[in-house]
Parts: sequence; structure tokens; C-alpha cells
Amino acid sequence: MLEIKNLRASLEEEGKEILKGLTLTVEAGKVHAIMGPNGSGKSTLSYVLAGRGGYEVTDGSATLLGEDILGMEPEERAAAGVFLAFQYPVEIPGVGNMTFLRTAVNAQRKARGEEEMDAATFLKVVREKAKELNIDAEMLKRPVNMGFSGGEKKRNEILQMAMLEPRVCILDETDSGLDVDAMKLVADGVNAMRSPDRGFLVITHYQRLLDHIVPDVVHIMVDGRIIKTGGPELALEVEKNGYADLIGEAA
Amino acid sequence: MALPQAKLTATEVRLAGLSLPSAPGWTRLAREGALARVQAMGMPGRRDEYWRFTDPADFVSAEPVPATHHARQKIPVFDGMDRVRLVFVDGVFDAAASDDPALAGIEITRLAEAQGQDIHWAADLYGTLEARGQEPVDRPLAALNTAFATDGFLIRATGRAEKPVNLIYRHESDSSDAILHHVIKIEPGADLTVLENGPAAARFNKVMEVEIADGGAFHHVRVQGRDHDRRAATHIFARLGREATFKSFTMTANGALTRNECVIELAGDDGVAHVAGACVGDGADFHHDDTVFVTHDAERCESRQVFKKVLKNGATGVFQGKILVQPGAQKTDGYQISQSLLLDGDSQFLVKPELEIYADDVACSHGSTSGAIDETALFYLRSRGVPRAEAVDMMVLSFIAEAVEEIESEEIRGEIVERLVQWLARHRG
Repeated sequence: MLEIKNLRASLEEEGKEILKGLTLTVEAGKVHAIMGPNGSGKSTLSYVLAGRGGYEVTDGSATLLGEDILGMEPEERAAAGVFLAFQYPVEIPGVGNMTFLRTAVNAQRKARGEEEMDAATFLKVVREKAKELNIDAEMLKRPVNMGFSGGEKKRNEILQMAMLEPRVCILDETDSGLDVDAMKLVADGVNAMRSPDRGFLVITHYQRLLDHIVPDVVHIMVDGRIIKTGGPELALEVEKNGYADLIGEAA
Repeated sequence: MALPQAKLTATEVRLAGLSLPSAPGWTRLAREGALARVQAMGMPGRRDEYWRFTDPADFVSAEPVPATHHARQKIPVFDGMDRVRLVFVDGVFDAAASDDPALAGIEITRLAEAQGQDIHWAADLYGTLEARGQEPVDRPLAALNTAFATDGFLIRATGRAEKPVNLIYRHESDSSDAILHHVIKIEPGADLTVLENGPAAARFNKVMEVEIADGGAFHHVRVQGRDHDRRAATHIFARLGREATFKSFTMTANGALTRNECVIELAGDDGVAHVAGACVGDGADFHHDDTVFVTHDAERCESRQVFKKVLKNGATGVFQGKILVQPGAQKTDGYQISQSLLLDGDSQFLVKPELEIYADDVACSHGSTSGAIDETALFYLRSRGVPRAEAVDMMVLSFIAEAVEEIESEEIRGEIVERLVQWLARHRG
């Protein structure tokens, strides 16, 4: 579903190469986890896939269902089915959460040539999904992420994901700043979205999130490359021994 | 002190085409006094301290620069509201197009008709706050207005007004040069909302004097549109008594030149004065200037100035805001923020924030920023599928929100936001 081949990307301003020939395939219905030490390029990968400015792709490709996404604008990637749950969701004063969500849902539908969701249906769907994530009506009314706790922000990301129904979900350090209860709520939200036609790329520093969102495949990323791929047991190995052994092994 | 020759000449040129009304009645003294002030101060010039960022040439020329008037909006702002409409066309009251002023449940008299009547409260007020507002900064265009105003309303609220009063300024003649002067008195405990909208004239000079007695409340929301060539110099002079409230918000879009001055005097303890503004300007022919002067002369008063400007394609925004805290004005709470969002490298924001404090137990803060759109936030919106242009609009609304939130009425706030959304959609790219 999501195919990344020999991807190389640099910071535009400094010319520093961050992704150094990364290859990875996320199949439909599968959850892939990427683990790696700080500075290995995990977040850069998520930004390059979602289309954030400031990075230059120098080589390689990334396709979603066979379609090149690297040449697309961020909103086009979103409409094609890419979703990035941010590590630090952005606060936007003055823009209502609901207004934002509805604009996003309908912009994507419009881009795909689908009919827009009417206000009543939208309200019904958003309320249902919000309830599952323990997001109350008051939070929906507030400006986007304003005054939200860390956990609320992450739940709001998952709510957006649930409303937008992407093909591939990239979760960037979704566990950071969450206590166990909040993490479980987020994980339940993610697990509820697992389906045979959707792929997940879960980026995390620690193994603990993977207790709740059990991956099919685990990749270890170091210095802009995948150095090892395995099953869920690989995450446990990292938890036990750290990254040093794996890095030594690969060298 | 004699005026420099250039100022003298400019003043003579401006005064040449104007004459005091033939039957000024009780306004005669005020008008003559104001004319004397004009002659002593002279017309504003580029070298004056408070005109360094805005060229007053088009305000002081003998004739206005012609301004094409646009067809009226199909649905004017405030249209859905239950209010009393008082319509001016090129600065002349049009009774036929207006509602019956009596419907507001307060005293409303037309200045042009009231000069022959004996209206004590208005005689005490007309030109009085304007004259007080000349210290310590000259405001000669306001004095000119007091001297030569041809129309306007005298409005006195003794209780809660039944409906808002909506002053509507239509612009039909390309060469109209309007001078309007309103005097508003809010008696103790009374409450009035005044709405203003419309481009008014090719050149518009307007003064509003507002006296708010103890416990009175005055709410003001203004929408300055819409014609690109129009020029306007407006002044609000407000004086607040004990526990009085003054809240003013102005939304400006388009207009070649706008100078909005607001001079507020907190004269009674525990008064609250908020003045806010948002403007959106597109193009090098947009120049918008907010000049605010708030004087705290009593204890425990609160003042807020919140101004936001969105500028693109070479537009210019100016903010000059001052908080003056007089000796003895203890426990003053003063706040001022002025910010611009520059959507390109061609636009500019010129700012002069000032604090002058002579009391030792006060909390005053001010801040000013100028910046581009936050790329991280823009990416966040786009990553959810919102196209770039719409995402930029959302960021603009987000930027302006703090000013718009100063409007108390949710209905009016919604209407202002809706107008902004429409303007932004028309001005993409």
C-alpha cells in the first residue's frame, strides 16, 4: 500500500542529509512500527511523507497505492489517504475544532469528487466518534487544541484520523507526554480503526505503546536507514537491551 | 506661537472652502472656539509627531480626491438585526430612507435641526470632549469638524435603549466631502449600542463625542467599508464616569486612507474601556492608521487596546497607542496589544506604542508584533486536507480572533466573522 524505496532527503537550509536510502513497505491491513534512537530521522520520515516544507527529497520514491505522493501538495496527499498524527499538535486560536474538522472532511471529499457531508450527518458522526475517544462536547466547541492537555491533544488527533478515514495512518510519537490511561484511550482509538484496507506506520521511541497497539512488523531505524526488521519480539529486545547492540550488529 | 508658513498656507487652503453655518444657534460658541483652535494648531503636516506614519495631505486638500462609489451591498452588514437605522447619503441625513428615531426609545435629535432648539445637555457637550482631547496631542481635524460639521445626531440615553442605533453612511457622489459630528450622552445606569457602517463619502471627517455617566454603558461596533478610493478621518472622544463601560470595535476593509483616532478619558473610579480593531488590507492603495490615547485619571480602571492588521500586496498599517496614567490613578490595569500579519514582503506595519505612568501601583503591559503566517500551523491545516488558500484564510481568522472577541454580542461577532470570511475569499492569492 505505502511503498518507500531508497528514500533520501535533506534539510533544505543546511543541506544536511537525514534520510539516507530508506526502504519500507506497509501492506494494507498491517501495522508497522518504526523504532529508533533520537536523531535517527523518524520524525523527518513522517514529515517528508506528509509533505511538510523545508525538506528536499534527493532520491528514491514514495507511493501510495501505486501513486507517487512526493510530488503532491500536503492537502493532495491528505485527500489521497495520507494522515499524520503530529507529535506536537498545533494550537490554533479562533478556529473552532468542529469548523476545522468539517472543513477538512469536506475539502477531502471535494478533492476526491465525492459529495460533501451535510451538517447534520457530520454532527452525528463526529459525536459518535468523539464519545468513543472520551472527547466531550465542550472540547469540540473550543478552538483547535487550545487549552487541551497533552492527552486531549493526542485524542483529538485520533478523532481527526477517525473522521478523515485515511488509507495510511502515520503516528509520530503519539505516546509522548501521555500517562498510561491516556495512552490506552489513544491505542483503543487506533485499534478500532485497524482494517484490512488500511495501513499504519507507528513511530515510537519506546516499546510501551506497542503493548497497546500490537504491530505486525517492527523496524529499527538508525541514521536515516532501516537497519533491522522483525516481528513484535524485536521491540521487546530493544526494551531490554537498548539500541546499542543492534547498532553494533549492523555496523 | 506663530505657525510655520507651510502650515499656515495649508490651513488657509483647507478653510477657504468652508463656512460656519448661517444659523448655528447654541453651537455658535463651540464652533467659533473650535475654529480658533484650528487656526492656532494649523492643519496636520507630515512633520507632526503623530503624522509621521500617515500623510495627511488628502485630508487637508481643498477638494477631496474623487472616489468611485460601488453599488450597495445586496445584504448590508447588520441587516438581520433589529435596530433603528439612521441613514446618511454623502453626509446628509436621509429621513425617508431611515427608521423613525423614536423607535430606539431614547432621545435622538438631528444636529442640523437642533441648533435652533434649546438642548442644554448637548450645548454642554458639543465640542467639549474634542477640546479636552487636544491636550497633550493636537487633533486639528477634529477641531475642524466641530467648527464646520453640517450634520449628525445628538443622542441621549436615560435608560436601556430598546434597540441599537445603526448609523448608516451611504456613498453615492464621487466627489462628496462629508463632515459629521455626533454627540452621545449616556446618563447614569443607561445602556446604548451604536452600530456604524458604510463608506460615507469620497472624503469623510467624523467626530463622535461620548459622555458616559456613572454606571452607564456604551457599546460601539463599526464596519468601515468598502469603496477602495474613500478616505476617512474619524475621532471618538469618550469620557467615562464611575463604573462606566465603553467598548468599541472597528472592522476595516478597503479604503485608500483611514485614520481612526480614539481618545478615552477614564475620569471615574472603576471604569472599563476597551477599544479594538481589525483591518484587512490588500494593495499599495490601502493605508490604515489607528491612533489611540487612553488616559487613566481615576482608581482601579481597566483599559484594553487590541488591534490586529492583516496586510498584503503592499498595504500599510499604522498603530499609535498610548496609555497615560495620571498621578493618583492607582490600581490601574492597562493593556495594549498591536499585531500585524504580513502576508508578503511588500506590506508594512508601523507602530508606536507608548506608556507614560505617574502612579506607582499600576499594572500596565503592552506588546507589538509583526510576522508572517506560522508555517507549522499552516502545514497542520493542510495535512488534514484543507487547501492552502483556505488554510491561509483560517490562519488569518485565527490571528484576528482576539480583536473580534472584544465584541460582546455573539450575533454581531458572527456577522463580522462572516464578512471577513467573504472578504478573504475575494482576496485570495
